[in-house]
Order: sequence, then structure tokens, then C-alpha cells
Amino acid sequence: MLSLETDVLIIGGGMAAGWAAISAARNGADVVLVDKGYVGSSGVTATGGPGHWWVPPDPKLRRETIERRMATAYGLADPDWMARIIETTWDVLPSLAKYYDFPTTGDGKTHYQGLRGPEYVRALRLQALDAGVRIFDQCPALELLLHEDGAAAGAQGVQRLNGEPWRIRAGGVIMATGGCAFRSGLLGSHTNTGDGYLMAAEAGAELSGMEFSSIYSISPAWCSTRTAVFTYARYFDAAGRELDLPGFAGVGDFTGEMAKALMTGPVYCLLNEVPQDVRRQFPQVQPATPLPFARKGVDLYNDKFEVALFAEGTIRGTGGLVITNAQCETTVRGLFAAGDAATRELITGAVSGGGSPNSAWALSSGLWSGEGAAALARQAGRRAAAPARAIGGIALRPTASVKPVDSRAITKAVQSETLPFDKFLFRTEAKSKTSLSTLDALWREARLHQHAQGLAAVNARETAAMLATARWGHEASLARPESRGLHRRTDAPNLHPGLARRHRIGGLDQIWTAPEPSKLQEQAA
Amino acid sequence: MIELVVSSRCTGCGKCVSVCPTHVFDLGADGIPLIARQDDCQTCFMCELYCQADALYVGPDHDHAVPVDAQEIVASGLLGQYRRDSGWDEWAAHPEYASQFWRMSQIMNGGRELTLARKQATDKISS
Repeated sequence: MLSLETDVLIIGGGMAAGWAAISAARNGADVVLVDKGYVGSSGVTATGGPGHWWVPPDPKLRRETIERRMATAYGLADPDWMARIIETTWDVLPSLAKYYDFPTTGDGKTHYQGLRGPEYVRALRLQALDAGVRIFDQCPALELLLHEDGAAAGAQGVQRLNGEPWRIRAGGVIMATGGCAFRSGLLGSHTNTGDGYLMAAEAGAELSGMEFSSIYSISPAWCSTRTAVFTYARYFDAAGRELDLPGFAGVGDFTGEMAKALMTGPVYCLLNEVPQDVRRQFPQVQPATPLPFARKGVDLYNDKFEVALFAEGTIRGTGGLVITNAQCETTVRGLFAAGDAATRELITGAVSGGGSPNSAWALSSGLWSGEGAAALARQAGRRAAAPARAIGGIALRPTASVKPVDSRAITKAVQSETLPFDKFLFRTEAKSKTSLSTLDALWREARLHQHAQGLAAVNARETAAMLATARWGHEASLARPESRGLHRRTDAPNLHPGLARRHRIGGLDQIWTAPEPSKLQEQAA
Repeated sequence: MIELVVSSRCTGCGKCVSVCPTHVFDLGADGIPLIARQDDCQTCFMCELYCQADALYVGPDHDHAVPVDAQEIVASGLLGQYRRDSGWDEWAAHPEYASQFWRMSQIMNGGRELTLARKQATDKISS
């Protein structure tokens, strides 16, 4: 049994977790970080290459950038939060220079905004270690610990390499567990099962924007890759006819049109218009992308190859835990959320922040939550002697007699209600209700009877988290009978002016939804 | 998915066991890692990047195993390709493998411009 106490506990091992750890340590806190994988390979940053929202400190330029982004956010974003993350990202990202080799480009300037994933997370790990952070890899969290007053008190879980439990008490807890892509096969997303949503919801935390969860990225059908060169792509059907798709140029509805094409038959991609100089540079730009081609015997630039859309769920969707203040505290005292574990509606509204806004958000929300948790621990102390109880429900503490429950079958069922385009991309009230009747029944059964222990509990809880996220996605869809940004209801294809509000969702056995209270209502309350 | 630990190359350092984000490997009694949970492999190639002995091979198919012949793979030159192209470890001394990641946005924009130009040309013909 590993038992520790600390000022700040961070759960997760990607970009947001790394920045949160560095920030909390810089703010004087004793910091422990636990990740279910390895800080350096876990999560979608490690396999990617995040560009950051990068706007020089010119007031006019920043104002115009924010205005442009507000114009595409469908009324759900907040310009003040955009300004905060643009400023913070610009000010802080270069501080990684001791650990990341920012290159000088042809014009003599240092290139800060885009970082290659494996080197980026490695740099965050090294900087966190130098700042005194204690990192525990291969230590998945299973559940939160709460004080009697409802505030976060720590977490507990399993050490995967020896099967022993761990329990960590902390003055503040930061959830940086990423989003949920329902194990669609999206590169790097196997660990992104929505664990933080589940653990936080059990503590009473609220979520928001879970209807903005249907987004996809194009890849070879046999293996998800990063997609840089796909902007050059042309697409063909099985008969060799070129498809009239709105490209990848941000023109029109690429995802919707591609999904429709894939529903009628296989689609093939041809990248023969990628220029020669790009082909030469590419292995040193994205070294992982050519691997599954060479190994499959497919010539990346001269062969037509079959493609698929891989679901990104709330990774490049926008939903997540509600943020209640500038330090990214959730609706649970002492529990903070950073990166894709938190809702990104504040900066992206109803559209995806995929690419640079999400990265800037991960960095900024990591920093602020680190500051907030460190400040809380300083003010209120670790409270490590106060009683705390473990609050995990499903798969850990059955409410009825223990019976075998097959997590593998639940995962398959969740995937069959979230991955097909006709159920989760092209939504209707009737289809979501049908999905929910299946998913709710699985939830009830597992909640009543499942009791997973040791290492088996890790997969059981990951499965439960995907199940919860799928149910929130469909319930949130029902609560928004319109189409707005990523959320499309084919039975309600237009914007509904009365629904230009963020929607909160919460609860597990009983799910509830409600429009977010306005600032005036909050002040009155 | 992960298909191969080349035991003749493996130094038994155990790095792949601790680095794999999805807990695929167990350390065997002889110090050589075992592929204990192949189904959990997400085909992210991270283990190859961290294997300084270039002893690991991840196959290209993300959702099913395709067994490979160890001798063929060793002879193929594919082992260590990712680590080399990433300019890690000893390859850091070779400037030809230095990261050119900063070109990413111009590469993507090049494709977008090409797509737009193609679209405009098509629209012109059809009008």
C-alpha cells in the first residue's frame, strides 16, 4: 500500500496535468502527480503535435482574433476567458525552453507555438521533476476521497505494476484526465475514457456542453494517425469516382459529407498532390505518421488507401466539467479541472477548439488550477487528519448482491451507441431515447451488481466512465432540440434562439440537465 | 498492435514496461518483457520511441493482431525507424534527423490552398 499526503494531487499525465504540476510547484506547493500510464506517452498530446493559440501582445490584433472566434462560437463562448488564455499562453510557453528545443526558423525568429508531442510531454515531465513534483506513473486513480463537508480530500487507486493499492490525501485535487473518445481507435486515446468525469460526478460535480461531442478525424482505415498531409487529399469511391467533398479546407461540412459517403461504402484517399519538398521533410515533421503506411506496404503518396473517420468525442469536442472561477475550480470545493477534463465552451462555444485553442486552454487551465490548488492548500492546509471517505460507486460498491458483470460487453454496447454516425453524429430525439434505454439498463445492472477488485477494477471503472459519458452525451442531445455547432439534430436542423445558453448536466443514477444560470440569476441567488 | 520483442536485441532495461500507456507488457522472469495484454495496445508506437535497443516492433493494424516473422522484421530495417526519424538519443547528433515540426502549419496551409484552388477551378468549369 502506497499512502501519502501532499498539498496538491494531480490526476492525469498529459499536457494539462504537466502544466498544472509545474504551476502548483512554482507556487510553493508539495505536489504529487499520478497517471494511469506514463507521463510522456499517455494521452493525445504525446502522440500528436499541439499548436497553441499564438497571438502577439498587440491589443488590436488580440481583440480582432477574439472577435473572429466569438463569431463562430454560436453564442456560448466568453471573450474574457479567450483573452486570458491568449495572454497566459504567450507569456508562459517560452518558459519551457530549458527542456524543449524551440527552433529558430528561416526568418530568424524562434518558433514557440507548435510543439511535437513526444518531446513536449517529455519536456513537461523533466521540468515538473526539476520543480520537485513526485510523479507516480502506472498508478490509475479509481475514485475520489471527500471530506465530511463535501470538499475534495484526495484519491485512491491501484499501482498497475505491482497490483497494490495507493491512497493520497491532499489539500487540493486537480482533475486532468482528458476527454473521452469511447475507445474509437483514435491515436493516443485509449487512456481517454472519461475517468475524471465519472470520479468528479460521483463527488457531485456538474458538467457542461456534453452534447458537443460528435467530432471525427480522418485517417487510414487500419490505423489512426495525425492528419497534417490530409489537407492535400482527394477522395474516391470504390468505383474510382472522385467524391465532391468540401475538402479539408474549412470550406463547408467535410465531416458530415465524409460520414455520409462512408455510410454508403468504402472511401479511398489519394495524396499524390503532396509536393516533393513536403514529402522529403515529412518524416522529420511527423515521424509517426509514415510508420503504419510503410509497415502495411502502402505508398503514402502514390497508392490509394482506404480511410475512416475516428471519433474524438469530448477530446476535440468541447464538453467537460463545469468551471466556476478563475482558478478552474469545479462545482466541488477543492476539486479543480484542467485541459479536456474541463468544458472548453468558455473559449470555443459550440464548435471544436481542436488544434490551437484547446492546447492554449490545456496550458492555461493547467497553470490556473495549479495556482488555485496551491493557494487552497496554503490557506486551508492539507486537512490530512480529518476523516475522509472514498465515494466511488459503480463497479466498486454494488448496491445489491454481487454478480458477474462483463465490462467488455458494456464497452461494445457503449461503442455501438456512440460510434455509428447515424446515432451520434446525425442525431434525433427518437434515436437518442433508444440508445438511452440500452445504456441506462447497462448502468443500472452494473451499479447494482458489479464489484471489481485489483487490476480488474481499472478497466471496469474506465468502462463505467465511458458508459456515463455516453449517457450524458445522449441526454444532453435531448435537452438541446436544435442544431448548434458540433451538435446536429436532423429532426431539428436549425438554431433555436432560445437555446443560446450553455447547458449543464450531472447525476449518474438519475441524470439531470438544466440551462446554465445567467450571471444575474447567480448574483440574485 | 505490438507484435514483437526481439529478445536478441533486448537489454532487459524494462523501460517499455513502465512507458507503455496502456500496460501491455509484463517483465518476464528472464528480464525480457512479455506482451501480456496485446488487446490493450493502441498502436501508438511510443514503446518503440523509448526503446534504445530498437528491439520492439508494432504492426500497422490498430484493431487486430497480425503475427510477424522475427527474422524478416529484423532484416527489414523498420526497427528503430521512429526513434531515428525523431532524432532521439544518439540520433540527436545527426542534423538530418532534427525536428522540422515548425513546418507543420505551412504544410497544412499548402494543402488548404491547393484544395481551394482545385475547388475554384472545378466551379469555373461547371459555370
